Amino acid sequence: MLDDLIVPFSEFAFMRRALVACIALSLGAGPIGVFLILRRMSLMGDALAHAVLPGAAIGYAIGGLSLAAMGIGGLIAGLAVALLSGFAARTAAIREDASFACFYLISLALGVLIVSVRGGGVDLMHMLFGSVLAVDQTALRLIAAIASASVLGLAILWRGLVAESVDPSFLRVAGVGAAIHAAFLALVVLNLVAGFQTLGTLLAIAMMILPAAAARFWAIEIWSVCAIAILVASLSSYGGLLLSYHAHLPSGPAIVLFAGTIYAFSLIFGRHGSVASRRFHGLHHQATGHPT
Amino acid sequence: MKPFINALAIIWSILFPSAAPVLAQVNVVASFSILADMTREIGGDRVSVTSLVGPNSDAHAFQPTPDDARRIAHANLVVVNGLGFEGWLNRLVRASGTRASVITASTGIEVLLMEEEEEHKAAERMRRKVIKPAKVDDPHAWQSLANGRVYATNIAKALIELDPPNATHYRQRLDAYLSELTALDEWVRRELSRIPAEHRKVITSHDAFRYFGRTYGIAFLAPQGVSTDSEPSSGDIANLIQQIRRNDIKAIFIENISDRRIIDQLTRETGTTVGGTLYSDALSAANGPAATYIAMFRHNVALIVSAIRKN
Repeated sequence: MLDDLIVPFSEFAFMRRALVACIALSLGAGPIGVFLILRRMSLMGDALAHAVLPGAAIGYAIGGLSLAAMGIGGLIAGLAVALLSGFAARTAAIREDASFACFYLISLALGVLIVSVRGGGVDLMHMLFGSVLAVDQTALRLIAAIASASVLGLAILWRGLVAESVDPSFLRVAGVGAAIHAAFLALVVLNLVAGFQTLGTLLAIAMMILPAAAARFWAIEIWSVCAIAILVASLSSYGGLLLSYHAHLPSGPAIVLFAGTIYAFSLIFGRHGSVASRRFHGLHHQATGHPT
Repeated sequence: MKPFINALAIIWSILFPSAAPVLAQVNVVASFSILADMTREIGGDRVSVTSLVGPNSDAHAFQPTPDDARRIAHANLVVVNGLGFEGWLNRLVRASGTRASVITASTGIEVLLMEEEEEHKAAERMRRKVIKPAKVDDPHAWQSLANGRVYATNIAKALIELDPPNATHYRQRLDAYLSELTALDEWVRRELSRIPAEHRKVITSHDAFRYFGRTYGIAFLAPQGVSTDSEPSSGDIANLIQQIRRNDIKAIFIENISDRRIIDQLTRETGTTVGGTLYSDALSAANGPAATYIAMFRHNVALIVSAIRKN
């Protein structure tokens, strides 16, 4: 039994690399997801992941299948979309989500165009999006570097992010709000670029949102929600890889579904605001004669 | 009124050119590079052939453009592989409104089904049965020269039907091509017979060589299934690694149409090296090592033999 839990990782280096990559990603992606949710930007990750495509495709056209060329291209494209749509929303009369949708659609179409025209060879979509089983030493270093940068960046931005999440008008008055917002979006793009090139798009976004959403049902303070999100993400990485190993399932979806199961469980049984806790409180109040 | 009718007649004849009694040249559109090459071999200067999926490209993931529909609309003959290889083709042919005859080159071959696999894969697919249809045709039939002969014969038959005045031309070229394929088949068997049976194990990116393996007695293992779209599981990869270690497999190849990262992972893990590029679902460019069907076979076999014998 214990063997089943450890041997896959002790015997195969690719399993260890996949696990380390996922856990490293969890460190940054967990808290970033928490703030995405707090700022009502949960779907932004999805949009940004597609916005990255043209940059990565241009990077591929110039530098071939190199993590650096595609990463830098993707980073530039993602940041451009994030900053442009933020800028448009702040200066013109368009809401940020609508602005985001417009810029990401333009970017996505551009990406598909470049991929198709440049295409010819191997299916570029496969090339642009990674697989957790193909993580090599270079990819691992990239993920580790980005995880470190994310943790550092979050530490610096922490006070501002928390303050703005609680009361958006607070920092807008002070004028630092825009700077914090931009820096935060840069962190999101950075994590997405690292994540989807090495682990796959689905996995990269899921590692941000699902653990964070699940964690919200177990804690109140933002720091503890972040800690639980990291924990859930790491656990999902381990559980998903193990599931993929023993049940012969594709690894990326297995990890995401593991996190999804934890989310569903939290949604129903969590301590704060879950289905069960609300029901329980409702009954409790009725019994004591204090309907809410 | 008269000029109007005349104009209509001209437009009509442009839109729907009637089958001219003698074709200047038969205009053939093949779905991918290997079929295009065969058609060229048989048709010679009587045919003009283009291929929808180009050299070094993956037909599993092909996205047709309006230009492809235009080419099909203007074709006299469309040659396809069938067996589910070109999933996008039926819609494209219908959309183009072409009156060309569409022939399936693989008609009459003995089809391998996906379920006839080595043990671990079969067992694993049992578990997946809920998601995967139990029986899927394996489309990569051209990887056996016996099937290649069937392909060529089918293509020749279609050309003769379309262009009967030149029947002898096609028959002569077909005979010449068939004897070339027979000679090649003998060469392949001779080359491979130099390898002891227990060493005939080869790793490639996706399951494209099952017909090859069946015909010439080589076990091909691959992390990806018959389509390049599938995502491998970590269990599959681990199985492969164990097999490579246990059987001391040294012949590990990437394919010209596939993502090489998983194969790189396998070689890292087992301390082996990639033996080169096999051409599986597409030919190389004209200046490459596998510009024709015959060159592709020579290249692949030579590469496999040298990789196994090196160790």
